[in-house]
Amino acid sequence: MEYIQQVLFLIVVGVAAFILTKRIKHIRSAIQLGKDVDLSDNKSARLNNMLLVAFGQKKMFKRFIPAFLHLLIYVGFLVINLEVLEFVLDGILGTHRLFAPYLGSFYNVLMNVFEFLAVAVLFSCVVFLIRRNVLKVKRFHAAEMTKWPTLDGNLILVIEIILMIAILTMNASDQLLQTRMPDQYASTGSLFFSSFLIPLLDGFGDNMLVIVERGAWWFHIVGILAFSVYITYSKHLHIALAFPNTYYSSLKPKGEMNNMDAVTNEVNMMLGINTEQAAAPPAEVGRFGAKDVNDLTWKNIMSAYSCTECGRCTSECPANQTGKKLSPRKIMMDTRDRADEVQTSIEKGGKGLEDGKSLLGDYITKEEINACTSCNACVEACPVNINPLEIILEMRRYVAMEESGSPASWNSMFQNIETSFAPWKFAPTDRFNWANDLKSEKADS
Amino acid sequence: MSETTYKVPTMAEMASSGESPEILFWVGCAGSFDDRYKNVTKAFVKILNKVGVSFAVLGPEETCTGDPARRAGNEFLFQMQAVANIQVMNGYNVKKVVTACPHCFNTIKNEYPALGGNYEVIHHSTFLQQLINDGKVGLKGGGEFKGKKITYHDSCYLGRANNVYEAPREVLEALDAELVEMKRCKTKGFCCGAGGAQMFKDAEKGNKEVNIDRTEEALETGADTIAVGCPFCLTMMSDGVKNKEKEGQVQVKDLAELIAESEGL
Ligand code: SF4
Ligand code: SF4
Repeated sequence: MEYIQQVLFLIVVGVAAFILTKRIKHIRSAIQLGKDVDLSDNKSARLNNMLLVAFGQKKMFKRFIPAFLHLLIYVGFLVINLEVLEFVLDGILGTHRLFAPYLGSFYNVLMNVFEFLAVAVLFSCVVFLIRRNVLKVKRFHAAEMTKWPTLDGNLILVIEIILMIAILTMNASDQLLQTRMPDQYASTGSLFFSSFLIPLLDGFGDNMLVIVERGAWWFHIVGILAFSVYITYSKHLHIALAFPNTYYSSLKPKGEMNNMDAVTNEVNMMLGINTEQAAAPPAEVGRFGAKDVNDLTWKNIMSAYSCTECGRCTSECPANQTGKKLSPRKIMMDTRDRADEVQTSIEKGGKGLEDGKSLLGDYITKEEINACTSCNACVEACPVNINPLEIILEMRRYVAMEESGSPASWNSMFQNIETSFAPWKFAPTDRFNWANDLKSEKADS
Repeated sequence: MSETTYKVPTMAEMASSGESPEILFWVGCAGSFDDRYKNVTKAFVKILNKVGVSFAVLGPEETCTGDPARRAGNEFLFQMQAVANIQVMNGYNVKKVVTACPHCFNTIKNEYPALGGNYEVIHHSTFLQQLINDGKVGLKGGGEFKGKKITYHDSCYLGRANNVYEAPREVLEALDAELVEMKRCKTKGFCCGAGGAQMFKDAEKGNKEVNIDRTEEALETGADTIAVGCPFCLTMMSDGVKNKEKEGQVQVKDLAELIAESEGL
């Protein structure tokens, strides 16, 4: 009888670990569908980015109120995980409040801090729920925020609220039990927030109270394990991926587009320029640009899994703001959904990439990518350094170079550049005409 | 006071007389061909003449940087243009490039190095700011802009793309006018709608044109002048002002034009 709880606990943890490992492998493989790109340079600048943007929440603070509430949840999450450490050890060892005797009165301070954070998290989640559902903040109600993304956003908040209530309930019943059975329940000292719940539990008999305490304990730990599995299916995965995603984010100026080295080789050969690259055996030229997820880089796909669907990108996008179909958030959600679809199919022995579908066409339309002004507002806005523009531009490359399917006016612009060396159809010999009037104008000196 | 004419030397002329200028002024396609925008090119050349900077242009040897082709997806065309331009510039041993076009600026500065073109590239706003700091232009005080309201429209390729936010503002402050900011400015600036090769095609279906949205915001500031630092922005904002039938009250001007005007050039 003694060990039943411990055995049960180990089974629960084991099952969670098993599912979690599988999920992590799945996401890893989905990310690896992308092309390889070496981002191992410049470690200190990358670390700096990660510390500022992910750890330090720097870009969140462009919008103060949500940033502040989010910070409470974030700090709460980090710190309350310390308590989970005790939970896990208690579960394995069959102990109760393992750390209490060692930490003495500091344990009371610590528990009060945890409770404060639990209440702060609870408060923030409630405000966020109201913002999402009552205040109708525009960015949470765009076209791509269909059933699941909306439900997902709400579920996370509700789960967090329940988990926090569980902690407080557990502490409240525990405090009562300390007075009733002092030799079995280590003293935690008085806990400010959960004390408010004591009157609700005071009428319970001893047995009932033990059940409530254990129930809340189990609920919290099982809840956390279930939650960690859940997030792998959710936009909430950003709590893990925001860190590598900011670490590997671009260090180049935002305006700089990636050079296509395969094209450089061909251009150099055509022009008879001998560079080292041209002398080297031609690298395998895959597809130009991106039609499907495997044409993107692993970093693009990692970003897609890091996206929190906050919509800050979309709410700054000039195309979206003026009613065009383009939404950078949707670009990221589509990329993730497609990568996930392909990977799931591969795992089931299905057709994977060869299922007759592709990211461009079945998920993202030309109308969307053509509307982008490459203004970088989305890149600037993203709190986890995601770059939707890069994906858009890769798709335009595919359309232009593989399909010759660019809008007609772009094709004539291409032609003008080819023949007149300017995007407009002017005679190249007229290029310097502007100087004529100037030369005849008199200047004072 | 003796009268001279403005000089617009080309790299070829300079090279043939064995000289090499300090800077290459990269004019760009709009600067060469667009009727309205040619005034900006001329204004900038006048300033260069006045301060006596040793400069030259490529003239007939200049061609499109390839920016619109690249943003529209045609990497081949971009690289063909880029390599050709780099060959010309490297042939003249160019070290420093100044341009008034943020798209040319971005491309030559950030994208040409991967193809063998390494130059110090600055946008004319930064260049003008340096002239002002050195006391070579501006700082008259109480000039024709005194008491006027100017708002500055950040171009995406200067601001967000390359973090140039302060130089254009400092240039405007030298005019002694009142600088009023739009609600969406600096990192949060709103595109004029022409970047990413949008200049060369109709906008996708929506409920508004981007430039109208932006112009409305600019007009709300009550400014008499909308200052820009980009040929596309100039066109888009001018069209917006025309669309709102405000061209009588509100002018759209490039930084170089404003400085040239205040200098009486
Ligand atoms: S870069 Fe494109 S997608 Fe991003 S905000 Fe600008 S127009 Fe929208
Ligand atoms: S890409 Fe970034 S800004 Fe856009 S929804 Fe995702 S996390 Fe938010």
